[in-house]
Amino acid sequence: MSATQYKAGSNLEKILSEGKFAVTGECGPPKSADGTVIEEKAKILKGFVDAVNITDNQTAVVRVCSMASGLQAQQNGLEAIMQMTCRDRNRLAMQADILGASILGIKNILCLTGDHMSFGNHPEAKGVHDLDAINLIKMYKDMRDEKKFQCGDDMDVAPALYIGCAENPFGDPFEFRALRLKKKVEAGADFMQTQCIFNIPKFKKWMEEVRAIGLHKEIKILAGLTPLKGVGAAKYMKNFVPGMDVPQEIVDRMASVEKGPPAQAEGKKLAVEMIKEIAEIEGVAGVHLMAVEWEVAVPEIVEMAGLLPRPAVA
Amino acid sequence: MITAERKPFDEIYAMTEGHDKVLVAGCDTCVAVCLTGGEKEAEILAAELRIKAKEDGRDVQIEHTAAIRQCEWEYLDAIAAKVEEYPAVLSMACGIGIQSMAEKFAPKLVLPAVNTNMLGMPQEHAVWLERCGACGECVIGDTAGICPVVRCSKSLMNGPCGGSHDGKCEVTTPEKGDIDCAWALIWDRLKAQGREELMLVNRPPKNWSKSSSGGPRKMVREEAKPV
Repeated sequence: MSATQYKAGSNLEKILSEGKFAVTGECGPPKSADGTVIEEKAKILKGFVDAVNITDNQTAVVRVCSMASGLQAQQNGLEAIMQMTCRDRNRLAMQADILGASILGIKNILCLTGDHMSFGNHPEAKGVHDLDAINLIKMYKDMRDEKKFQCGDDMDVAPALYIGCAENPFGDPFEFRALRLKKKVEAGADFMQTQCIFNIPKFKKWMEEVRAIGLHKEIKILAGLTPLKGVGAAKYMKNFVPGMDVPQEIVDRMASVEKGPPAQAEGKKLAVEMIKEIAEIEGVAGVHLMAVEWEVAVPEIVEMAGLLPRPAVA
Repeated sequence: MITAERKPFDEIYAMTEGHDKVLVAGCDTCVAVCLTGGEKEAEILAAELRIKAKEDGRDVQIEHTAAIRQCEWEYLDAIAAKVEEYPAVLSMACGIGIQSMAEKFAPKLVLPAVNTNMLGMPQEHAVWLERCGACGECVIGDTAGICPVVRCSKSLMNGPCGGSHDGKCEVTTPEKGDIDCAWALIWDRLKAQGREELMLVNRPPKNWSKSSSGGPRKMVREEAKPV
């Protein structure tokens, strides 16, 4: 495939387009003007993932913005997937920011609705929600493919974007979930990452619905996984994180080992087992590892899962 | 209807300080129906304020009145004589009524005794739920009569976010408790209507210029103007 056929020509796009099993990671920017955090995380992940999500005020807590952090990741040799939520910006800001990100060399964008303000550290903030994530995908696609702003005005140079989205196979109404992904595909999403998967049987059921309407052939699906550091993390996600489905046997398994290094080893082992099982599911194009504040676990998990070396694409 | 909640008593009482004559003005339309600011509630608030003022040794005259609707000039005419006697008025009407009073009797000091909170309806006795955001471009014909603009915490136009769980919104607060996911309700009712294909349509960005984002709104009905 020649370079001109790519939409953005990002590392992630090339790997997925060539049908190689992709591995993406996740980096949360710091809650201060500390310029070392992303640098350090990038050093840990470089060579072990194909691109890394740079979160956008995740859980509605203020952090360094995803554009600056994404640029910093790329300056440290790690391709960014810049997250963009509809919570904090209106359509003017979302278009301005993507043009800015594009001229700085950011090619992958992940379009999200965003966690509600009430979860974060500024619950009194006004939520923007000018667009929803589906509107956002369509707006970026039209900027890229039609050289049009949302209002219909023309632009001279289109941003080169590989457009991603998220979907939660464990959200309700379950029967609408695959259809919601279809709406995102129709809006123009190129790849998607799922919410953290712990309930593999339910994920398989969702993938059946996805395949039944042929979506796996129209969008690259990366399965989201979060390695568990201990039973506390498992319980927290089960009970407090919106939209999360953590089966009791996972909690029990993490509870069956001693805290500290044994639990961490078990968490990594579990993640590797899940990657291997998920990679066998038809239509899964890669895995998205969300090792929240545990980036250091990623290289080992990727290696144990037999996913090294990461493919080099021209 | 428009709903409102009485402000905390201490906040209202603090507004009366420095005044020797205060009129509490109720409104007998929306805020009376939601048991917040009708004539009866105005009478009760005036009595509470008098008791507190007496405890504090203040010499202040606090009385009450009520208009049928504070948001219409002619109903304000009906209470004008009484209002004129008082240098300060605590209005218990919604924000529209308070502003109408302030404009009608300007530059008299008209102060809010309530917080206007929503366009809602009583779901059950003494429980009101928000139903309309007055966005200026109604979409509920396509959403099974359920408003996603105010009943979805994120005003989504294309179905539920990932935080919808067992029919409930991801937003839960101690004050509000569980909130129904508007899109789960829409999905269920559209299915009952046999119209679920409406959920599959990608709705374009909403035109917010018709809402308050477009600046203060004005409606003119030329045909209804006096000849």
